[in-house]
Amino acid sequence: MPLITYREALRHAMAEELTRDENVVILGEEVGQFHGAYKVTEGLLEKFGPKRIVDTPISEAGFIGLGVGASMLGVRPVMELMFWSFYSVAFDQILNNAANIRYMSGGQINCPIVIRGPANGGTNVGATHSHTPENILAHHPGVKVVVPSTPYDAKGLLKSAIRDNDPVFVLENTILYGLEGEVPSEEYLIPLGHADVKRAGTDLTIVTYGRPVIQSLAAAQQLQQEHNLSVEIVDLRTIRPLDIDTVLASVRKTHRVLIVEEQRPFCGVGAQLAYMIQNEAFDELDAPIQRLGTVDAPAIYSPPAEIEQLPNSQRILKAALATMGS
Amino acid sequence: MSKKSTDKTAAAAKKTTSAAKTGGANAAPAAAPKPAASGPNPSHSSPVNTALSADEKVELYRKLVRIRRFEERSLRAYQAKKIGGFLHLYIGQEAVAVGCCSLMGKDDHVITAYRDHGHAIAVGMDTKALMAELYGKVTGCSKGKGGSMHYFDPARNFWGGHGIVGGQVPLGAGLAYALKYKGLKGAAMAFMGDGAVNQGAVHEAYNLASLWSLPVVFVIENNGYSMGTSQARSSAGELATRAAGYDMKWEIIDGHDLYDVRAKMEPLLRRAREESKPALVEIMTYRYRGHSVADPDKTYRSKTEIEDYQRTKDPINLFRAILQSEGALTDELIEKIDTEARSEADFAADFAEASPFPTPEDIQKDVYWEADNPSQRTSGGRLFFN
Ligand SMILES: Cc1ncc(C[n+]2csc(CCOP(=O)(O)OP(=O)(O)O)c2C)c(N)n1
Ligand SMILES: [Mg+2]
Repeated sequence: MPLITYREALRHAMAEELTRDENVVILGEEVGQFHGAYKVTEGLLEKFGPKRIVDTPISEAGFIGLGVGASMLGVRPVMELMFWSFYSVAFDQILNNAANIRYMSGGQINCPIVIRGPANGGTNVGATHSHTPENILAHHPGVKVVVPSTPYDAKGLLKSAIRDNDPVFVLENTILYGLEGEVPSEEYLIPLGHADVKRAGTDLTIVTYGRPVIQSLAAAQQLQQEHNLSVEIVDLRTIRPLDIDTVLASVRKTHRVLIVEEQRPFCGVGAQLAYMIQNEAFDELDAPIQRLGTVDAPAIYSPPAEIEQLPNSQRILKAALATMGS
Repeated sequence: MSKKSTDKTAAAAKKTTSAAKTGGANAAPAAAPKPAASGPNPSHSSPVNTALSADEKVELYRKLVRIRRFEERSLRAYQAKKIGGFLHLYIGQEAVAVGCCSLMGKDDHVITAYRDHGHAIAVGMDTKALMAELYGKVTGCSKGKGGSMHYFDPARNFWGGHGIVGGQVPLGAGLAYALKYKGLKGAAMAFMGDGAVNQGAVHEAYNLASLWSLPVVFVIENNGYSMGTSQARSSAGELATRAAGYDMKWEIIDGHDLYDVRAKMEPLLRRAREESKPALVEIMTYRYRGHSVADPDKTYRSKTEIEDYQRTKDPINLFRAILQSEGALTDELIEKIDTEARSEADFAADFAEASPFPTPEDIQKDVYWEADNPSQRTSGGRLFFN
């Protein structure tokens, strides 16, 4: 299988869907002539032309609202947020209009929109540019939230997102854009709402998604080598819909759970997961569920300090050992 | 307070007489305001009005009356505690929605704010489903899930009914974007109140529409107030002329006069359809009732101001007088239309009363397309949580 980057995987997903469906249109700041702030859309303008690849002004509320309106009439906009952090200026359009329109119309109107872009810390860009709003987005019934961790997943999930008839928000990661992985040259889709066991193990389940999957894999290797611990890693891939069954199956195997998320703890995705696991697999647990997330403060700028604010493989390793009671 | 309120009254009166200004990028510089109407308004002899048959005129009149009677009936239902939440009545503004929507072709689309009953009836929605929605019944146009502020009927190109002031305006630009993208010769009308014009999203929509030449007409329904705040206390400068900053054509229209609405909207809609150009219109109008019927209505305007409008500018009275002078309406017909509109409204209320409420099982329907179409679902996992 060819090795391509996470960035290329996303680009290929968009190119394939642009080719398949003439209603798919890419809109966002700098997506065309500039080739994308993170080069995800590089080359698409040249290939598909300005009707399909549209540079927008810096006007998130305006262009996302426009995308919502266009989607009601059957256009399938794939909108890039240069950073998901900027969703706050379009909050009303995203979470009042896109999320509610089907409901408030009694099911008469669909909003098949995709909003995608990076949502991560770790690049020393400070608190305004480091938001990870998957919990806030997933709080809203009517929307779907996807956080891919590998090139393979990024491509397959984005293609499914574009074909979905509900609004889907895809949260990428600038640090993963350069990550290489095997991606088949044949077309494939990954349906939303299916978690993936990224590593099989028997002693401890780490439930995670996004970049912490990669960090957890590194920690798991070290835990195996140095502590003889067999860690299973469940990558949620999609936050909503949520594949809790795969999580529960792993819990039934390992009886111990560590949740790792690039999220602050309060009202985060992990809080929901911990509730569901104890509610549905209480008798399977041999120890309290543990959680490792972002240290609870706005994102710090200072580069060495930011590493310690976020999940990293050493913090994950320590948290895993603590969950094992050692 | 009383001094202030006279000032406001004067300001409102001034605004409504300065109709017939136009301007914008592709137009001649704004003409001087016309003196208060003395002779016949040239809009009355505009082709879009003279082309109307007597029957068509009667139908326009009937729509005005049906909206008013529907809303009066809904007010009684609200007072009888049949309706929850807010009820924002459109009474006094009927000629705006009826005039604009009477010009719609098959690819023209409408979106508006929460004061949406008039637009819904104007595009042809069934008053039974509208009243049932107010009653929170499952037979309502949104199955009791939207309420007064959230009427929708995509089959009639009506996209709501939106509760966040200004939030619908980018969606209106998006409807126009879709029309252009698909190569359809249609236009979108994005209605908003005078209070919406200071929202950032509205300005973003203006900019995108002009930058991308989208076939949308932004319609400000200027009824002088946003809740209890007069235009003078909320907006710097003029509302329509803000279009000039976006290189957009603009126009001021007398919203009490249905013929003026039609005459001035028609060329802008045609231009949108044929040349894919946006425009902004400010339609001067007035609401008789409180902001919503539960709101006090004495703190910010005077009773005389309301009565002056009712006496001299009521859109139904004015249009009736025009049609009578044109010989299109007889006393007998006027009476008949009114009786029918009253019984239609009563019938709608009876229908709403007799209809069932949504069940607890209905609460989680219409959230996800996939959940409502399980045989076509491709995703796994849980969509709902408890
Ligand atoms: C973003 C937002 N802020 C405030 C409100 C509360 N609110 C509802 S209607 C309204 C007044 C709007 O007035 P205008 O736009 O002139 O419309 P009108 O009521 O006159 O039709 C206000 C303040 C709201 N719904 N949304
Ligand atoms: Mg107003």
